[in-house]
Amino acid sequence: MDPQVQELQEEARGAGEVTMELAAKSFKAFMLKRSSKSNLNLYDHLARLLTKVMDERPRDAVDIFEDMSQEVKRAELQDTQSTVRDATPISTAAALAEQQRALFSQRVGEDPAQEEDLVETPLPNVPELTFYLEQAGVGLGKEEMHRIFLALKQLVDTQPLQRCRFWGKILGTESNYFVAEGEFREGEDEEDEAAEEEERKAEHDMDAANRLHKLADKSLPVVPKEDKGTGANKCSYFVCREPGMPWVRLPSVTPAQIIAARQICKFFTGRLDAPIASSPPFPGNEANYLRAQIARISASTQVSPLGFYQFAEEEGEEDEEAARGTLEENPDFEGIPVSEMAESLSTWVHHVPHILEQGRCIWVNLAEKPEEDLEDEEEGEEEKEKEEEPDEPEPEVGPPLLTPVSEDAEINKTPPWTSKMSSTLVSQFAIAVLRSNLWPGAYSFAFKKKFENIYVGWGLKFTGEGYNPPAPPPTQQAYPSGPEITEDLEVGLKEKQGVKSTLEEQREEEESEEAEGEEEEEKEEEGEEEEEEGAGEAEEEEREENEEDED
Amino acid sequence: MDSDSLRYSLDLVSGCGLTLSCEQRAALQTSLLILKRNYKFSRVLFWGKILGLRSDYFIAHGITEDEMRNRKTLYSFNCVDWHLLPPVTEAQLAEVSLLKEHFKGDPSYEYEHTETRGLDEGDEAVVEEITVSVKMTEETRLAATVFNIDREVSVVPRGAFIKTPSGRVQVNRCFEGLSESEARKLSSYLHFSEPQHLKKKTILETADLNPSIDFLDNLSEDTPKGSWSLQFERGSISVLRSLLWLGLTFFHVPMTPQHGYIYMGDGMKNHYLPFML
Repeated sequence: MDPQVQELQEEARGAGEVTMELAAKSFKAFMLKRSSKSNLNLYDHLARLLTKVMDERPRDAVDIFEDMSQEVKRAELQDTQSTVRDATPISTAAALAEQQRALFSQRVGEDPAQEEDLVETPLPNVPELTFYLEQAGVGLGKEEMHRIFLALKQLVDTQPLQRCRFWGKILGTESNYFVAEGEFREGEDEEDEAAEEEERKAEHDMDAANRLHKLADKSLPVVPKEDKGTGANKCSYFVCREPGMPWVRLPSVTPAQIIAARQICKFFTGRLDAPIASSPPFPGNEANYLRAQIARISASTQVSPLGFYQFAEEEGEEDEEAARGTLEENPDFEGIPVSEMAESLSTWVHHVPHILEQGRCIWVNLAEKPEEDLEDEEEGEEEKEKEEEPDEPEPEVGPPLLTPVSEDAEINKTPPWTSKMSSTLVSQFAIAVLRSNLWPGAYSFAFKKKFENIYVGWGLKFTGEGYNPPAPPPTQQAYPSGPEITEDLEVGLKEKQGVKSTLEEQREEEESEEAEGEEEEEKEEEGEEEEEEGAGEAEEEEREENEEDED
Repeated sequence: MDSDSLRYSLDLVSGCGLTLSCEQRAALQTSLLILKRNYKFSRVLFWGKILGLRSDYFIAHGITEDEMRNRKTLYSFNCVDWHLLPPVTEAQLAEVSLLKEHFKGDPSYEYEHTETRGLDEGDEAVVEEITVSVKMTEETRLAATVFNIDREVSVVPRGAFIKTPSGRVQVNRCFEGLSESEARKLSSYLHFSEPQHLKKKTILETADLNPSIDFLDNLSEDTPKGSWSLQFERGSISVLRSLLWLGLTFFHVPMTPQHGYIYMGDGMKNHYLPFML
């Protein structure tokens, strides 16, 4: 007990009469008593608390008095707790900052003046894009967009790209993907040839694994993949998890993946190597699924103002399809007034080819497939079957390039596009904004000669009335049923006896007809058999003896 | 999110892709102040945006004395003129989930929806057809949708609000934010709506709970598991996205009292979540 307390108590006892002063003193003594648990006393605690209130002067102090009291106690403990320091955990923020630092550092030997000499850089003007997108009510925040800009610069510096664009962002459950779209300069896409080869090998392995599945579906031959630089594989896509992290190139898409992606409805996780557990099974992992969804989104939501692009006029129009498939910028394009673009959907046109039911942009006739493509016998058989069929399959035809978006099909009574102006108050400087209702998150804007498309969303299509997972396929047949493996009727006892008696009869007849010498031969043969059996037994005995010796 | 902090907190939730244009932000700062004065609200929250085919709805919440109850919901097309939304009944809340089309952008539009459902009765497989018809205006649908979203997915960090002994819910002025390790756990976030699971808990489970703070349901008890996506964006900001109502984004900056949620989406519940995980 404190000497102070003792003194006060003695004083209080000593005086016989209890005065107010003494009562106060005794109460003070009571408050000065230290708690046996925390070694604190109320008097000091109140004094500290009131000092805190006086220092901080919070509004309505009485309401938060309890919390302040707790805070004072906590502060007291923290000071005296320990001299041992906690190990500072490496925070993710710091780790990310360390990675992003590279974005802001000027490369050694890189002169800003030299940069200007390069007239044509594929780097897009992202700050301008940010400005227009913000007016449209779309964006990822100014700082984030600038980081993306710097990350794109990094990509352009490392890859021989002819054209580069910020495609958008796909949200995942664990992390997100920032997607950049690029086209390689012709002939400079060599460093990925090796990767391509590996990919092909992997695909081949996968094919083998999927063969069981395919057996059930013999009617579906494999639709060949579109080559790099054509159709759905016209552009290459790079993704990264956060701007500043390394860009990863996505594999090319196959028609089978697009067809499977149309049937499933799955969230992205944010890990490229994550498996896709779905029904029907998706051929590939999340990187393939991501690529397939990007192809689908691009095909249906990449739009431009009418007249911005025109069909390239090639001199010798030998291949009509090729001529129709290439676009070039129209140098005479003057821009469409914003009010007109906001009002009428027919001023917006698709400039990315439609993906057909087959999963390709350019239809391929499977029945006329050249034989060199046939690697497996199975496929060859399929081909033969196909050839036997008299009617040729009808070629699928999608809407041609530069079809106005006003001709897009509705889903569930929902018009596929919504167009509006960014501002109603000052319409002179407003921009035209187009929003896709089929792919929530896809936006386009146009202003004078500029336009851009962006997608920020979950990578899922609007399901309309409801998503119904397709029914599982019919159970697989283990083997084709035919006469050679069908079980025969069981032979009854009477029939057996009947056969036996006829056989015996035949034998008797034979015996009576044949000479006696033959009978003797038969006997000799029997004797030989017995001898052979005897020899076999002897051998066995010898072996046993040998084994015993070895033991 | 609080209308006063809108200008900087909006950037933190814009990772989902949608923000407000400069014109809308400026208009909101002006009109929400007037709204607060005219309706005598103690606080005004900007709730979000519901995309319509013709035009978008901007939604704001007005808060009176109690933070949780007696909220008023208002909508606007141009962020300047605000209209009060009607109260909704339980029947309307159930009906609204049958409407699976986009909002039109016209509050007087009348929805008519008839649905015929087959009902299997045991082994006899007697298919009885039930016809459900829904008839409501878009204004009612909007009110019901906002209420449903608030009830199912509104989020606050644990400790940000306290329940006083008199039963009123108010802002915890001593809330200093979750620590970084707490912010990584889904159990540190609570539903800001009347609790559904809390009353069913056993005494053993509620033993550790602080009645003034833990008067709400926990996010980690939501079904199905995985209906939330918790990420740390830009390294340090904890961002929660609901997968049940795509478009709802919540942010909290750990170690600061800053938090808020916003909904920007088409106002349709993701009924197919079990297929998508």
